[in-house]
Amino acid sequence: MMTPETQQPHEILDSPDFKKLVKKRWSVSLVLTFTMLLVYFGFLLTVAFNKQVLATRIGEYTTLAIPIGLGIILFAWVLTGIYVFWANSDYDTSVQNLKNKIQ
Amino acid sequence: MFLSLLLLLQAPSTSTLGTANPVSIAMFFLFVAVTLYITYWAAKKTKTGSEFYAAGRNISGFQNGLALAGDYMSAASFLGIAGMVATKGYDGLIYSIGFLVGWPLIMFLIAEPLRNLGKYTFADVVAFRLRQRPIRIVSSVGSLLTIAFYLIAQMVGAGGLIKTLFGLDYEIAVVVVGCVMTLYVLFGGMIATTWVQIIKAVLLLSGATVLVLLSLAKFGFSPANLLETVSRQYGQEMLSPGGYITNPFDALSLGLALMLGTAGLPHILMRFYTVPDAKAARKSVFVATGFIGYFYLLTFLIGFSAMALVGKPAIEGIDKGGNMAALLLAEQTGGTAFLGFIAAVAFATILAVVAGLTLSGASSISHDLYVHVFKNGVSNEKGEMKVARRATIALGILSIVLGLVFKGQNVAFMVGLAFSIAASANFPALLMSIIWKRFTTKGAVWSIATGAALSLILIVLSPTIMVDIMGYDEAIFPLKNPALVSMSGAFLMGIVVSLLQPEESAALKFESEKLRTYLGVGAE
Repeated sequence: MMTPETQQPHEILDSPDFKKLVKKRWSVSLVLTFTMLLVYFGFLLTVAFNKQVLATRIGEYTTLAIPIGLGIILFAWVLTGIYVFWANSDYDTSVQNLKNKIQ
Repeated sequence: MFLSLLLLLQAPSTSTLGTANPVSIAMFFLFVAVTLYITYWAAKKTKTGSEFYAAGRNISGFQNGLALAGDYMSAASFLGIAGMVATKGYDGLIYSIGFLVGWPLIMFLIAEPLRNLGKYTFADVVAFRLRQRPIRIVSSVGSLLTIAFYLIAQMVGAGGLIKTLFGLDYEIAVVVVGCVMTLYVLFGGMIATTWVQIIKAVLLLSGATVLVLLSLAKFGFSPANLLETVSRQYGQEMLSPGGYITNPFDALSLGLALMLGTAGLPHILMRFYTVPDAKAARKSVFVATGFIGYFYLLTFLIGFSAMALVGKPAIEGIDKGGNMAALLLAEQTGGTAFLGFIAAVAFATILAVVAGLTLSGASSISHDLYVHVFKNGVSNEKGEMKVARRATIALGILSIVLGLVFKGQNVAFMVGLAFSIAASANFPALLMSIIWKRFTTKGAVWSIATGAALSLILIVLSPTIMVDIMGYDEAIFPLKNPALVSMSGAFLMGIVVSLLQPEESAALKFESEKLRTYLGVGAE
């Protein structure tokens, strides 16, 4: 007879908590992935089809293309930061809870 | 011949490029001495397979982030992108954005499952629930092709660069680079390689930062003033996208290659095994993305500063592609001593990248091929280490030979080809093995083979080779980079073949491996 705290690996695999964890992990990952793809390919296609928009001046000489280009670099880094923040707080806690049940 | 080239190099300006610069020679010897001492220290700690391939999994997330940046930021991106901005303006930035945006994808899709499921190479993950032999054979072919083309491009670039920088013969430069990097890997394995990459990353980032500060000082520390000067001298069109991208399919294809190729580079993927767990793996991507992004911001400013301060004609007079822009700017803003420092940093940059490539090539040969193909997975650690070290020596010799054979050839396309193979052969199989339950051995083999073969065939038929190198008027295949077709083909093949012939055992194992994938239970 097992204590309620201790579960076999296959029970963990079938548990709703584990399934929720896996589902949530991929929801977060895929949303972030598609955001990155959208921003990057959106930029490339704008360059390919509508260069003039990016040549618009926003300062005396500075063009719109410059903050957008540098912004994408910053944005990519911020996205990785968002993922780390989520994983360190939310994901790792759930992982620890599930791992405690195995032993 | 050598002398006349030297004179030619010096003719258009008063630069001391191409002559022996005492500061750069001193800096270079200091770097080699320090890194060889580290190698000596690392050699004493490099006994087991886990130490040789993965630095004993003792590297922290932050250290690994720096090392990843050091592994990835090549001399090509430092000198090449700065040069592209200096000669073509804004278009250089489009290129560097492509090199950066793959990193978030590594984080979201690959890094943690890779760390939890694998041991030393990315093929560990693909082969985890599939049949070992066929997977190990094809994935080592994918790895070795990627590494070979990347290595040739680096070696040829190194020879030419060092010749221009120090006035050293091309052949001697190639042999020196080949020997020093072989020493790092042979004796110090991943521990030495990691520290070489960390030191290089710190040197490169700080050197580039100082260069930007010295340059911006001439514009009252105002980037807007810098842009104004550029616009007044060379026209406002320098500050927005120009002729770099005209065909949207070309843009899409190159974009895919740069982005997803990053997530399929064997020497980058291998670094994730050097950290203790998945949490450290994710932290290292965050750190690496930050540093690499900052570095591209610097190269953008360096390029425009060089354009404004050194001037396009002077830069193009020394090298048509503008590769010497950053160095000329260093000389102009900080004098001969600073030029020497930046030149030595560029040399260190090459060494760190080729060392990472050689180590991952050697791992593919010893771990994937020797152990899992010839020894059926029964690993005798001593024997495996012996093979790994022999493979390192063989790759060292091979890279020197290839560097000499391809002297004077146009190898710029090889970086694009390496990224295309990485994006088409390595990335799709790796991703599908992580996320798709019904992925099969046959599916993986066909996917990798299709991706590699299409990349190779299509690049030969593309304008990159047929028009630019062979001189035909028109190419059979219209795109400059094949990734759009070769990667789609690899995914399609993997999916269709897997669905046609299901593999029951692989699907079952996918479920049971989930504890390891998501919780890290049983990870090595």
